[in-house]
Amino acid sequence: MRRVFGSLLVVEAVLASASTSCLKLAPKPALRVCADPNNLPFSNRAQEGFENRIAELLAADRHARLEYTWWAQRRGFVRNTLAAGTCDVVIGVPAESDSVAATLPYYRSSYVFVSRRDRGLNLASFDDPRLPKLRIGVQMIGDDFANTPPAHALARRGMTANVVGYTVYGDYGQPSPLSDIVLAVDRGDVDIAVVWGPVAGFFARRSEGRLTLSAVSPQRDSPSLPFAFEISMGVRRGDAALRTALDDFLRRRHVKIDAILDRYGIPRVERL
Amino acid sequence: MKMRTSPWLGGTLAAALALPTLSCQKQAVYTSPPGSARVLNGTITGDPATLQRDDGQWVMPAKNYASTRFSGLDEITIQNVGRLGVSWTFSTGMVAGHEAAPLVVDSTMFLATPFPNIVYAFNLGSPGAPIKWQYDPKPPGAAKGVACCDLVNRGVAYADGKIFFNTLDGRTIALDAATGQPKWITKLADINKGETMTMAPLVVKGKVLVGNSGGEFGVRGWLTALDATSGAVVWRAYSTGPDKDVLIGPNFKPFYPSDRGTDLGITTWPGEGWRIGGGTVWGWISYDPELDLVYYGTANPGPWNPEQRPGDNKWTAGMFARRPDTGEAIWYYQTSPHDLFDHDGVNELVLADLTMAGQIRKIAMRADRNGLLYVIDRTSGEVLSAAPFGFVNSNRGVDLKTGRLIPVADKAPTQGVVVRDICPAAPGMNDWQPTSFSPRTGLLYIPHQNLCEDIEAMAASYIAGTPYVGASVVYKAGPGGYRGAVTAWDAVAGKPAWVVKENFPVWSGTVVTAGDVVFYGTMEGWFKAVNARTGELLWRFKCGSGIIGQPIVYKGPDGHEYVAVLSGVGGWAGALVTNDLDPRDATAGNGFGGALADLKSATTRGGMLYVFSLGDGR
Repeated sequence: MRRVFGSLLVVEAVLASASTSCLKLAPKPALRVCADPNNLPFSNRAQEGFENRIAELLAADRHARLEYTWWAQRRGFVRNTLAAGTCDVVIGVPAESDSVAATLPYYRSSYVFVSRRDRGLNLASFDDPRLPKLRIGVQMIGDDFANTPPAHALARRGMTANVVGYTVYGDYGQPSPLSDIVLAVDRGDVDIAVVWGPVAGFFARRSEGRLTLSAVSPQRDSPSLPFAFEISMGVRRGDAALRTALDDFLRRRHVKIDAILDRYGIPRVERL
Repeated sequence: MKMRTSPWLGGTLAAALALPTLSCQKQAVYTSPPGSARVLNGTITGDPATLQRDDGQWVMPAKNYASTRFSGLDEITIQNVGRLGVSWTFSTGMVAGHEAAPLVVDSTMFLATPFPNIVYAFNLGSPGAPIKWQYDPKPPGAAKGVACCDLVNRGVAYADGKIFFNTLDGRTIALDAATGQPKWITKLADINKGETMTMAPLVVKGKVLVGNSGGEFGVRGWLTALDATSGAVVWRAYSTGPDKDVLIGPNFKPFYPSDRGTDLGITTWPGEGWRIGGGTVWGWISYDPELDLVYYGTANPGPWNPEQRPGDNKWTAGMFARRPDTGEAIWYYQTSPHDLFDHDGVNELVLADLTMAGQIRKIAMRADRNGLLYVIDRTSGEVLSAAPFGFVNSNRGVDLKTGRLIPVADKAPTQGVVVRDICPAAPGMNDWQPTSFSPRTGLLYIPHQNLCEDIEAMAASYIAGTPYVGASVVYKAGPGGYRGAVTAWDAVAGKPAWVVKENFPVWSGTVVTAGDVVFYGTMEGWFKAVNARTGELLWRFKCGSGIIGQPIVYKGPDGHEYVAVLSGVGGWAGALVTNDLDPRDATAGNGFGGALADLKSATTRGGMLYVFSLGDGR
């Protein structure tokens, strides 16, 4: 019998194993994915994101039908989805995340500088002497000392007056709330922006070549301030069987996953 | 008083006569109490300016415009409170934190639940106080996913035959108090931008004053006045930006020079930081009819970290005095310039006239998040005193010459640096939970925390697909090992008269009566009565869930004194229980996980209204 993963699929497993003659009739097991319904390039309800593609690949690999629990990926996301047991897999989490059990990382991206190609800035370092004279867009997370690494990196270099903050929450009433900071560069609202790679890469593609990206270097501003992050899948803490199954999937299908990431313009960086 | 006596006399007699016989009949008899709608049937209107003085009723969460939460009723005393018993209860069927104050207008009680913000009216004139009507505003479920903290609502307000309240998804709604039918609905906040509404409105001179929540999401704070009749916006005063947006004009006369100048709401921020600068208005509003000034506080600056927003970040983390008719600012005082600690300045201002240094002063008292008890001249905004009402090491008080908070450099959080033992912690010495003030004792009864925090490096986290790093903030008990207290503060002497220590933070409000009894609730679920002069425990009752609500006191249609409170743990402090968080994770619930890991074994969630009276014990 095909190995069924996930403790919540016990019922199906029992049904399927009860009698081989029943195997055909047993419902196809579900791959239950927790995802944000409005968060391109990652996922949306119309299933247009690269995480939707990866989820489909995973479901096909598991011969499972794909089911989603939709919830805004904000504070409480894991609590209301994965931890609440309504779904079993988050397609993208930081490998270091401590709120879930993370699989092997399957890509590594970086914050990138986004600018108009016609400006010819070719800027890649926070120590570039031109930076203090530029109007810089940066993503903001919230209070309690949590913010994006570039926001911290700019502040510690005394760059505050020339910084324009864009919340990562954006306007959730619009499609693609994350796109605003990238579109701001295209419009010329800011000279340059520092944006998480997948977001920058995906929305820059819509600019018909007007925007250019360069990874922030070096990859770490201080021991506590990395710009590059490894991304894994996440399961509930303690769900070791599913995590092992996902690790196996990621090892076997990495070529296909890379192709999906390429298709969506997701920039990756190598581990140093 | 006029409005009350006629229906109440009738109601009282009817109830007294009917009770013995009705109690033997079938319940169906009670379902349509005769004349229950009549008392509020549009013909009887009530101006809160008058109603607030009636100790039989409780028409706004703070009891009165001065926000004293003092009841002049004295049937329940320190001698007989030990005989208090439950008169009736009501289950809300909800599990989020219950912070609201019930209201009593005539013989009707009104109650707002946490999200989805259902409003109930109960007929106090009938045995068991049956539901008279209920209104479900049906906020979209998505509001839950984008709200910052717990899904609380801090209560409704009554004026002129209408009940006013806010919904989490950003609407202010006026209901016909007699029928529960909506009179108007005004959409003010956009939940899609992280903007929510959790505060209780205050109605002043025909205007409904409401403010927004959501500073963490880059929301720009505002206070808005709506016409009580139509729901139309009359004015809006922002907490950041140019003077014209803040409604600062020629009559703005702040006491301290650092608050004077043009467009400080722009120039005290780097670049355009003010555009998403926070300073939301989710706390309490007071009003002095004689001076014709409304007083309220602005929340912390956000979403920027301190090092990203050099400057005072006006007009966040401070307090405004404004004209209710126009919204124009008269004075402002900043409790936490360039706030470092998430110390919102939204706590209530309690208005009183006290004799200080031989002079009668019109003052306002504020138990602030930053641990200081401010006594402020409410005519001018001058700080008369600011004394710590618990253990504080993150500031050294206020320089009374400049009015400025004196910071302590080595307690300032810095990215990537571990800072330990910052006291008070982010929720402050006193968070949202309101104080009460007795003119009989001259004491302010402060429910509060005794918590400190460590700020440490954090593992990568994720919001909307975007990884980030920051700090993990872990709260812990302050000196003495207890986590909460009720402190009776003598504002004239500048010191406590007594302190009752509690195991958990006291996240409920307090109320004090002319019987010299102070009521409050604990997070374990004890509802307690203590002697207002000594703090001696006189009575306690164990409710079904932890208490974070606001107790109220009223006179029932039977002419007797009642005390009501919502039980139902939650809020920021109780999220461990309401959200079923993992107590092994010290950073869960934004830092409360470590401090209150044992709360889950002390109480469970679930909203229930309790109404107490002396009953047969009179």
